[in-house]
Amino acid sequence: MALPNHTPWNYRVWHYTYLFFCGLVFFFLIAPLFVILPLSFNAEQYIHFSAKMLALDPEGFSLRWYEDMIYGTKNPWGLATKNSLIIAFFATIGSTVLGTVAALGLSSRHMPYKAAFMALLISPMIVPLIISGTAIFFFMAKVGLAATHTGIIIAHIILGTPFVVITVTATLTGFDHSVTRAAASLGSNPVNTFRKITLPLIMPGVISGALFAFVTSFDEVIVVLFLAGLDNTTIPIQMWVGLREQLSPTILAVATCLIVMSTLILVSAELLRRRSDRLRGINR
Amino acid sequence: MSQEQILSSDGIPLEESLKKAERKNKLKAFFLVGPLLLFLLITFVFPIGDMLFRSVDDRMITKMLPNTFKALETWDGEELPSEEVYKAFYDDFYPLAMAKKSGKLYQRLNYEKSGFSSGLKKTNRKIKKFEKANYKEQFMKTHKIWRKVEYWTALKNTAPNWSYAKYLKGLDLKFDEDRNIVQQDEDRRIHKILWMRTLNVAFWVTVFCFILAYPISHLLATLPMKYSNLLMICVLLPFWTSLLVRTSSWMVLLQQQGPVNDLIVWLGLAADDNRPELMYNVIGTFVAMTQILLPFMVLPLYSVMKTISPSLMRAGKSLGGTPLISFIKIYFPLTIPGIGAGCLLVFILAIGYYITPALVGGASGSLISNTIAYHMKSSLDWAFASALGTMLLVGVLAIYWVYNKLVGIDNIKLG
Repeated sequence: MALPNHTPWNYRVWHYTYLFFCGLVFFFLIAPLFVILPLSFNAEQYIHFSAKMLALDPEGFSLRWYEDMIYGTKNPWGLATKNSLIIAFFATIGSTVLGTVAALGLSSRHMPYKAAFMALLISPMIVPLIISGTAIFFFMAKVGLAATHTGIIIAHIILGTPFVVITVTATLTGFDHSVTRAAASLGSNPVNTFRKITLPLIMPGVISGALFAFVTSFDEVIVVLFLAGLDNTTIPIQMWVGLREQLSPTILAVATCLIVMSTLILVSAELLRRRSDRLRGINR
Repeated sequence: MSQEQILSSDGIPLEESLKKAERKNKLKAFFLVGPLLLFLLITFVFPIGDMLFRSVDDRMITKMLPNTFKALETWDGEELPSEEVYKAFYDDFYPLAMAKKSGKLYQRLNYEKSGFSSGLKKTNRKIKKFEKANYKEQFMKTHKIWRKVEYWTALKNTAPNWSYAKYLKGLDLKFDEDRNIVQQDEDRRIHKILWMRTLNVAFWVTVFCFILAYPISHLLATLPMKYSNLLMICVLLPFWTSLLVRTSSWMVLLQQQGPVNDLIVWLGLAADDNRPELMYNVIGTFVAMTQILLPFMVLPLYSVMKTISPSLMRAGKSLGGTPLISFIKIYFPLTIPGIGAGCLLVFILAIGYYITPALVGGASGSLISNTIAYHMKSSLDWAFASALGTMLLVGVLAIYWVYNKLVGIDNIKLG
């Protein structure tokens, strides 16, 4: 944003102050994430920068914490990763299916009391997690699903559906309903129409909803904290336990892996959003 | 006479057949929403109702001492109850003492009036040797609580099956002996501080998020696409990154030997041997929460600012307004929907925050959620945890309702 030449000096000062402030805020947003990266390659057992690291001496860096993460004997990361992936996988499928179907109903113009139902279906996102956790824990204990994968998966489906409902409803707002009517007039039954016409068109919304559901489940601590037994430990639970005891470089190594993963997810979500906008003819 | 009715091809009046089709469509839409609705009702709405129920449920004592309460019904409360009541209490308490199940009773009654616990414990030991007659005399000999009217009054007061005592406790209030609501003793008033701190942190986090988010949302909305996309990553990457990762990076930054403290020392604001405590207090909670919740303020602001045409500001300028006046009179009012959405969202999220305060907050930076978790996992006072949870929930739902009225749920934008 170059300023025109005739800009008076006081506006100039004001403009650069504004840009400087914005720069600081962006720094505040992004910099904390990048502190973790170098420290996870620390050769020593501390979580602050050693003199060798600051001097960029190769000896100050090592992969030992990554080795510890993978091969360390008392590290439960393997089991935790397996559990996290299993739980997130099934929770994603569950929330995506339930959420997409519900969004189709909600977007129909025949749906009665639309706003009220929408508010109810999105409420798991708004209710503080500590309350959802408490309530879901009582429920699971009652039906005997506490400390089981099934219980945690059901809990994560609850937490994931609002995201799917929101993204799919958003995709459906630009949806041209005459294409489904055209399919019907050509003799297609509703299931076939959904499979061949509607689903491919709303796919970007469905996938980005599924990504949200996956990340929600993969990151979720509080509900699992209430529900999990020793066998159901997940990556966030292990991080939580580790952070409560002592901040170790191994945790920073795990955190680095998670940052890499979230970067990949961010990129795919962005690409999907653009594709969706293009498909719906929205140029931004 | 009315007009001639229009008939559809199968001979049914058109109006009726339209209504029928409409009904069918409604039903179809409802069927699609049905599965999720049912799922959430069973696994989410019903459990929350159950939690509400737990917070007022006070049937434990009535269940444990059924005969006593029946006998106490006719007691006038003026002097010590009759032999009958003591016998009824013996009938209730003897099996409990034998089965070693009386522990919960001490705890609950001692909450009602202190002294119960020691009295009941002693009675528990002695009751095995009681003779099956003259109960009143034997009880009175065992412990002084059985010689005082106040304890019987306190016991009778627990008769109702429903009690809002836990809610009073959550507000640092309690019942005195005459069932009047009074303030908790000075040194036990901890919850009011906690509520105030939670509201305070949520409020200031919202304010600071707004101050930080407004300029950068404006920049993102006005920059050409190729730059703003790049900068948007700075907002979206933290948004997609695990909360624990972001919290642990704040733990690295704010520790005593951490980079922020290094910077403070380097700037000469503090001596090296006297580094300020930035973590395990309310500062840590506040700073970390502001950064973590910032994207939730930027995204709604950005999506509103994106729709404001730049020609409006130019029009303001051409009519003689200075940039400041054009901003105050034109731009700012147009962004108010975004401000409302962002502030409410951040406030709702902040008020129920758990992870970050638990890790970087320490004791003086913990919020109401942490207390709920403490009562759920450590003190095991589930009824009290439920009561605090319900109070928090009511607050959040009230804000949610306002949010829905002002912004509309369908306008929540993600990513």
